Amino acid sequence: MSVLPPAEPRRVSPWALWMPLIAFAGFLALVIHGLTRPGSTEVESAMVGKRLPVFALEPAVADRPGLASSDFVGDKPRLLNIFASWCVPCAIEAPQLKTLSDEDIAIDGIAIRDRREELTDFLVRNGNPFARIGKDDVSAVQLAIGSSGVPESFVIDGRGVIRYQHIGVIRAEDLSLIREKLREAAQ
Amino acid sequence: MKWLACLLAFWLAAPAMAQDSMPPAPFAYRQLDDPEQEARAQALMETLRCLKCQSQSIADSDAPMAGDMRSQVRLRIAAGEDPEAVRAWLVERYGDYVSYSPRLTGMTWPLFALPLVLIAFVVLLLRRRLRKGDAP
Repeated sequence: MSVLPPAEPRRVSPWALWMPLIAFAGFLALVIHGLTRPGSTEVESAMVGKRLPVFALEPAVADRPGLASSDFVGDKPRLLNIFASWCVPCAIEAPQLKTLSDEDIAIDGIAIRDRREELTDFLVRNGNPFARIGKDDVSAVQLAIGSSGVPESFVIDGRGVIRYQHIGVIRAEDLSLIREKLREAAQ
Repeated sequence: MKWLACLLAFWLAAPAMAQDSMPPAPFAYRQLDDPEQEARAQALMETLRCLKCQSQSIADSDAPMAGDMRSQVRLRIAAGEDPEAVRAWLVERYGDYVSYSPRLTGMTWPLFALPLVLIAFVVLLLRRRLRKGDAP
C-alpha cells in the first residue's frame, strides 16, 4: 500500500455513520425484550390432533385394570391423566379429577415411575377417580405422546385421537375449559 | 456459622423436591456393548434437549426423564435404527424444540443465510477498500 496523501476531508455518508448505532440499538432492544419477557418452560406436545400411539401398560394398582391404547376406542371422549404419587402437584389436582369423574367423565391414568405401595397410598389419601391405571416405569408412553412432565392431561376422542393437552395441574378454574374440550371432542 | 445454617437449610429442603424412587431405566446409565453403536447413541444424545432441565442435553442430565430418554435412544440404536430417525421420532412428538441441531425450515433460514450475507458484505467492503488503496 502506498502512503496516504495528507488528510483531505472525506465525505462519509450519514448511512455509514449511523447504521452501526442503529443496528446496535436494535440488538439492544432485542436483548431487553428477551430478558424481560417471561419465558415459557412448557413444552407442548406435537401429538395433539394425531392418533394415540399404540401401547399396552400393565396395571399399576391391584384394584384397577391396566391401560392400552385400544381402551380409547368407544363412543365417548376420555381424559388421560399422566401422574405419579411422588408428584406433589398431582395431589392438588385430585379434587378436580374427582369433580370430573362425578360428572360421569371417564378418566384413565398413567402412573409414571411409581411404586405400587406408594401409589396405592396416594389413591387412598387423595381418592381414585380412575377407571384404569397403567404403569409406565420408563416413561415410554409419556415420551410417545409428547408429554414432558407430571401432571399432564390429554383429551382423547372416541376414535382414539388426541384432541387437547393440558400442561400442569387442572385447577378449579380450569374445569370449565376441560369440560369444553371434552364436549368438542365428543362432536 | 450462618453459611452452615444456610447449607443445612438447603440440604433439608432438598427432599421436598418431587423425585421418584424407582431404579433408572435399563440403559439410562449403561452403555451399549457395541462401542460403535454407543458412539452413535452418545453423539445423538448430546444433541437432544432434556425436557425437564431445558438447557441441558439428555447426555448431560441426571433427571429421571432424561435417563428414560437415554435408555430409549440406546435401545433404538441397538435395534438398528438410524440416529436421525430417532431424532425425527422425538421431533414428531415434541417439535423442533427437543433437538439442538437446527433444521433448515421456513423459520430458521435466516440463521443459515445471515452469516453468508455478512461474509458477502465484508468481501465487498474489503474489495472496495483495497481497490481504493491501490489507486494512487
